[in-house]
Amino acid sequence: MVTQVPSNSAPIRAENLTRRFGDFIAVSGVSLRVEKGEVFGLLGPNGSGKTTIIKMLTGLLPPSGGNAWVDGLDVRTHSEAVRERIGYMSQRFSLYDDLTVAENMQFYGRIYGLPAERLRKRIEAIVALNGLEPYLGRLAGKLSGGWKQRLALSCAMLHEPKIMFLDEPTAGIDPVARRQLWDLIFDLSGQGITFFVTTHYMDEAERCSHVAYIYYSKLIADGTPEALKALPDVNPPGTRRVEITAPEVTRALRMVREMDFIRSATIFGQSIHALVDDRFDVDDLKAQLAQSGIIVSEIRPLQPSLEDVFVALTYKHKAELEAVNA
Amino acid sequence: MRNPFGEMFRGFGAVFYKEALHIRRDQMALFFTLIIPLLQMVLLGFGIDTNVRQVRTIVLDENNHVESRELIDRLRNSDTFRVIAYAHTDRELNDAIISGRAKVAVKIPWDYSDQLLKHDTAQVLVLIDGSDSSVAGQTINVATAIGLDESLQRVLGGRQALPVEMRPQLLFNPDSRSPNFFLPGLTAVLLLNVTTFLTAFAIVREKEKGTLEQLFVTPVKPLGLMFGKILPYLGIGFGELCLILLLMVTAFRVPIHGNTVLLLVLSLPYLFVSLSIGLLVSSRANSQSEAMQLSFLTFLPSIFFSGYIFPRDTMPLPFYIISYFVPASYYINITRGIILRGAGIMHLWRDGLVLLGMGTGLILLAAKRFQKKVIAT
Ligand SMILES: Nc1ncnc2c1ncn2[C@@H]1O[C@H](COP(=O)(O)OP(=O)(O)OP(=O)(O)O)[C@@H](O)[C@H]1O
Ligand SMILES: [Mg+2]
Repeated sequence: MVTQVPSNSAPIRAENLTRRFGDFIAVSGVSLRVEKGEVFGLLGPNGSGKTTIIKMLTGLLPPSGGNAWVDGLDVRTHSEAVRERIGYMSQRFSLYDDLTVAENMQFYGRIYGLPAERLRKRIEAIVALNGLEPYLGRLAGKLSGGWKQRLALSCAMLHEPKIMFLDEPTAGIDPVARRQLWDLIFDLSGQGITFFVTTHYMDEAERCSHVAYIYYSKLIADGTPEALKALPDVNPPGTRRVEITAPEVTRALRMVREMDFIRSATIFGQSIHALVDDRFDVDDLKAQLAQSGIIVSEIRPLQPSLEDVFVALTYKHKAELEAVNA
Repeated sequence: MRNPFGEMFRGFGAVFYKEALHIRRDQMALFFTLIIPLLQMVLLGFGIDTNVRQVRTIVLDENNHVESRELIDRLRNSDTFRVIAYAHTDRELNDAIISGRAKVAVKIPWDYSDQLLKHDTAQVLVLIDGSDSSVAGQTINVATAIGLDESLQRVLGGRQALPVEMRPQLLFNPDSRSPNFFLPGLTAVLLLNVTTFLTAFAIVREKEKGTLEQLFVTPVKPLGLMFGKILPYLGIGFGELCLILLLMVTAFRVPIHGNTVLLLVLSLPYLFVSLSIGLLVSSRANSQSEAMQLSFLTFLPSIFFSGYIFPRDTMPLPFYIISYFVPASYYINITRGIILRGAGIMHLWRDGLVLLGMGTGLILLAAKRFQKKVIAT
């Protein structure tokens, strides 16, 4: 029988997790801890190692170094038991297109060995949650992208896992469907299910209760979105962030970047987000722009976004790497 | 607690049911899968006649006497030659052969009857197109036999009975019909299409789609997955076998001399082996086209080293040794044994056992490869 590490063990824990493919290091010394009921969002550029981490945590890929525990079980030694306790929606999750929605769910339920009666009840409960009721008899291949993802999520959780791994569950679906899928995720996390989700979308990251950022195989940020936004690296002493709203933003941006109290500036919709130092003077900026015929309509203080956080940390990390290499 | 044996096959029921659904959903594919081997059988069965008959022959009769005309009649009466034309010059004779119009040219010299009267040796020139070796071989034999027969008749004066007569008798296939010999072997090859191919595709499709990776995170066990995958195709293979046998018995009038039930039962281990080969192929191939090429590769030994085309007994030693590792060798032994010779279980149990052993070995190997893959993609 499998022995479970009791008490304070978090649903997901990794220590110094490392994975090499030949000489290439895909994941390097990653440590993290996800608490029960959290929605943990892992972000990072393409090829940074997100999927590799998930594969190690789900027991699909043995780590080259370090350790990881899922539901208190060592993934190296108990990968089978781990598999029974988790739900996993892989990055390429695909359904059986030539089976109906109901048949897809039945298949996954059976494979986990749910008895017929319990399976029927589970499907009923899930369908009530995800709204797939009207589509039960439809071929999975005929569903739209958003519905497919919801069905995939449902299939991955038929066996009532307490821990779910979702690898880019919203890739390629429209914003409304994305929102609906996230609403579903939050419903479930409210019921005590722990989620480990990877994504490329900042707005999704903002909704997570816990985010981490991986950059070239290394975890360079880990915490609640609020904690990350308050990091000193993100808010260098003597700087603050402002939003400048003006017509002709592109031309305005070019001029703003020339000003000596501006550290960095980017366009965000119809406005400019800028990091400024303490020499910043609202009237000076307005006056300089007015000379070129640009009338600023609004300037207001701005909280850093998660994107700002990741951009700042990436720059810092890059600089450190270059310093090491030099 | 689950019993450990059931545990090894965990997920079998779910996979089996799902696979059956796939097959039922795509009835068009199923139809073609079943019909194509039958079409192949019809084309090959009616097209191939390995007996040499009615070979196109041209004759130049310079002698043009009773004796020469008698000889020509003998040629014509043998089923082997069909005289299509008479030439008047050597040149015409040569042209007919070179152009391919005739495969055999017979030249009876002007002094043929004189030589016979003088009791000298009369020479008849027989030119044979050697580009088709089986035709050439058999025509030489028949031509020589006709010459010998003619000589004996003349030496013995035509009235006496021949002192010795060999009376060869072909058992099991008295009319030397090609289909009788050919179709039982063909059955082994045709079955590969619906077994090796289909299983290989069924798994590689899931690899391509990514559902296989998904299955690997479920508690399904490699053996549960494998058997769930192959059993529906075992059913299809068996159905195909019945159709093939039905066609063979009715359309080609090849009777099954032995016990049909025994034939069906002994076919199961062969189907099992071919399905396991499909699994092994799919553990290697990553796309459907790769699966197709690899499957074809596994078909080659079954076609060439199994005795289906070339008799195993006359193979060069290395090939003969290889033939022992080719499942089709054993199965062809079974089909020809039961269909043609009426062999029983006491003659064939060894072949069945070898096939069963091969199948078990292969499926364990495939399971092992998949187990590794689970932990290394
Ligand atoms: N089996 C493998 N063999 C060799 N290299 C691999 C293998 N799997 C992944 N990699 C490499 O490891 C790195 C990390 O890949 P991974 O799939 O984890 O990235 P990711 O963060 O999930 O990217 P994406 O956002 O594109 O999904 C990549 O450079 C990839 O090429
Ligand atoms: Mg990925």
